Amino acid sequence: MTATARNLTFAFFALLVAGAVSPMVIGSARFPQWLEVALGGLLTGVLYSLVALGLVLIFKASGVFNFAQGAMVLFAALTLVRLMEKMPLAVALAATLAIMFALAWLIERLVLRPLVNQEGIVLFMATLGVANFLDGFGQAVWGSQIYTLNVGMPKEPKIILQGTFEGGVLVDMEDLVAAGIAAALVAALMLFFQKTATGRALRAVADDHQAAQSVGIPLNRMWVIVWSVAGLVALVAGVVWGSKLGVQFSLSQVALKALPVVMLGGFTSIPGAIVGGLIIGLGEKISEVYLGPAFGGGIENWFAYVLALVFLLFRPEGLFGEKIIDRV
Amino acid sequence: MIYRETGQFKTTYASDQQLFPILQDRVFVIAFLVFAFGVMPFIASEYMFRAILVPFLILSLAALGLNILVGYCGQVSLGTGGFMAVGAYAAYNFAVRVPDLNLLVVFILAGACATLVGVLFGVPSLRIKGFYLAVATLAAQFFIDWLFARVKWFTNDSSSGSVSAPPLAMFGHPIESPAQKYLFVLAIVVVFALIARNLTRGAVGRAWMATRDMDVAAEVIGIRPLTAKLSAFAVSSFFVGVSGALWAFVYLGSWEPLAFDVNRSFQLLFMVIIGGLGSILGSFLGAAFIVILPLALNQLPTKLGIGLSTAMISHIELMVFGSLIVFFLIVEPRGLARLWAIAKEKLRLWPFPH
Amino acid sequence: MNLRDAEPQVAARKVGEPILAVENVSLAFGGVKALSEVSFEVREHEVRAIIGPNGAGKSSMLNVINGVYRPQHGRITFRGETRGHMDPRHSAERGIARTFQSLALFKGMSVLDNILAGRSLLMKSNIFLQALRVGPALREEIEHRKRVEEIIDFLEIPHARKTPVGRLPYGLQKRVDLGRALAAEPRVLLLDEPMAGMNVEEKQDMSRFILDVNDEFGTTIVLIEHDMGVVMDLSDRVVVLDYGRKIADGTPAEVRASQAVIDAYLGVKHEA
Repeated sequence: MTATARNLTFAFFALLVAGAVSPMVIGSARFPQWLEVALGGLLTGVLYSLVALGLVLIFKASGVFNFAQGAMVLFAALTLVRLMEKMPLAVALAATLAIMFALAWLIERLVLRPLVNQEGIVLFMATLGVANFLDGFGQAVWGSQIYTLNVGMPKEPKIILQGTFEGGVLVDMEDLVAAGIAAALVAALMLFFQKTATGRALRAVADDHQAAQSVGIPLNRMWVIVWSVAGLVALVAGVVWGSKLGVQFSLSQVALKALPVVMLGGFTSIPGAIVGGLIIGLGEKISEVYLGPAFGGGIENWFAYVLALVFLLFRPEGLFGEKIIDRV
Repeated sequence: MIYRETGQFKTTYASDQQLFPILQDRVFVIAFLVFAFGVMPFIASEYMFRAILVPFLILSLAALGLNILVGYCGQVSLGTGGFMAVGAYAAYNFAVRVPDLNLLVVFILAGACATLVGVLFGVPSLRIKGFYLAVATLAAQFFIDWLFARVKWFTNDSSSGSVSAPPLAMFGHPIESPAQKYLFVLAIVVVFALIARNLTRGAVGRAWMATRDMDVAAEVIGIRPLTAKLSAFAVSSFFVGVSGALWAFVYLGSWEPLAFDVNRSFQLLFMVIIGGLGSILGSFLGAAFIVILPLALNQLPTKLGIGLSTAMISHIELMVFGSLIVFFLIVEPRGLARLWAIAKEKLRLWPFPH
Repeated sequence: MNLRDAEPQVAARKVGEPILAVENVSLAFGGVKALSEVSFEVREHEVRAIIGPNGAGKSSMLNVINGVYRPQHGRITFRGETRGHMDPRHSAERGIARTFQSLALFKGMSVLDNILAGRSLLMKSNIFLQALRVGPALREEIEHRKRVEEIIDFLEIPHARKTPVGRLPYGLQKRVDLGRALAAEPRVLLLDEPMAGMNVEEKQDMSRFILDVNDEFGTTIVLIEHDMGVVMDLSDRVVVLDYGRKIADGTPAEVRASQAVIDAYLGVKHEA
């Protein structure tokens, strides 16, 4: 990083931390409550990262901005919850995963392959089309009510740190477990990318399609694999979010929140998706709880986007993204 | 045979650069305008005006604005709904707070407000490009959504959050009947389409397209990317703002912020893609397609004798929509306008195959 | 290839004072040194060639001259103004135009529009008049159209004027690139490998165009070229770069005889 970029990023983070901590300094918030809000925000952020992860994976490997990731999350959750009515959890999970893999194959065959040399914006629009299609298809096949997803996540909140703070700090156990699942998934993915041959091939494809092809890596198969992995990530995100919110159409919209996360972290970075998610989750929660009342509430609808936008003005390629160099 | 240019020689650059250099085109367009202005008001049904023609015209105007930004200048925007909302609420406030203001002036002021907001949210485009910009424009969309829902001043402190436009009148004549509304909107849209055509054919249009195609080279020949992008945002927002005001005043009558939410933005983007990026005609074709498709899909099951719930119909709509977008992008990424151009080419050769 | 066999003798050009000078320009990308302490000057009305093996920094030099790259070190003097680095827009306003190795044409526009775009700096009418296309805006469009048509005639591409440039064969695209640069009526024209990828006939045509531009309009030309025959026949003076350094500077005959140049091309290592 150049000196200016380093300084700007540092300044941005300093501002963020100051903003996050300010309710305690200038307001009337006390540390335990602030900690509750902060923890809640961070945990929600992890869940955003889950969705963002799918986006980053696909962009890294195929250069496509997959707007349909949210629809995939919804579709996976819907499929799972409906299958669970007929079979035990483990079988339903396996079946849903198989369906997501089939979906990945179909998308590669019907959408990606015919559009292989088109510009990014055309592929982006195509994923918009896929998103619409999936939304309609999922609801047409599985129905459009709200379904409760019960995968055994803990539902009662727990009070921790009772010794240190009076009254303790309230933590949503479900969110905590979800964060744990997400962390495990990210660790597994990192292992996959770094240690296996397929992972290596995927990284090659992400770097340079043509070079990867010229050493014999089958691009089409790689894309099916990447979209399948993204499907897996979507399923995990669907389980986690669906368990928390119930499986319903608005899940698709939650995924819209993943967009500022990816912007912040940089489209091509997995650690970026995680750090971005944490920042967005934390910022959103704190601003809603402490700033919200002054503005009449509802700030979380736009805070994430505005935060990402402001950050991008300083670093147009995101936190960890690759610098865009225009060659003439 | 009929669509030949033989014998049509241009002797001045002015005649070569006119709007419709081919005689047959001129005849067709004039006939079309005569039909639209002079015949349609008498033969179309009220349903036709209310459900098809008026929304088609207003959304075409919005699509035209968006096409200038996305198609001609290459700046992806997902915040169009928000700018329509700015136009709508600005028009409302001007009409309600400054009574006796000429309706056209109200709309122009509304457009101007949308222009200011559009330029403001366009400034990031100088640093941020491509998908990043698309998501940044979502910030505009969601912020504007929130603004009109929460800040009571904009809705004149209405308790329900929804507002109604005052009755429409121009120079003392009321604009009440569907036919009158249709003519009013038609006149405005024709003027705006002409302006759009002039701009895209002129120096500013070339600056937009150069910035879209290769902004580094554009800078080297003296085009300021800053000016080009901001002017695209400004003109686009003006069009979109006026269309928002029209949508609220003429089509809806009374509305709430939801009428201009992110789904509207996506709908307009689809119009522009399916119709054809960088094409004036395309904006109209895309709007027609998107307006007519749900109506057709709604009628189809009953016509075919299949009974489907409204919920199911809307799911199928989404599926058809999504597949059509992918289909169009594969078959003709340049949209309906390109298909039209190909048809004209074939017509020129007819009856010869090539 | 000897151009003089194909074309009548080119009259001796009247070469003037230095119009462009670079002094001790150094440019690095990260750890890669593209240019090291390069200095030379270009006289008005002359044809100056920059040659050198691949990777010598020739394109980088042109990019520095018109401001696309900023050197870490050194100065550029153009028409009496000395600066640490140039700015693309400023250099365009002051009269530098260029073509690109990779064309950089506006693929979505027609030939006419591409060349008209080259006249952007000379078109002044504001957006409102353009929207109505009346008065000054209309007159300007027609007037500039006339000038652009002259350029199109000069480059012998009138049949292609309404074709989208993406559809033209490579040789014609190169002419459009040249036309776009000429449209600005520049004092100095930077040509980045204008003959790349052309056959003998196309090279003869392009050479003729370049010489005509220099003759008729007195435009100073700085060109990068790999074809030695072209360089020797067209240029008044030559600068040779190798690994970012200048290794020779003089008339074509002098440069051809220089041992350093021969070594560079043959790949003989020589101590810096």
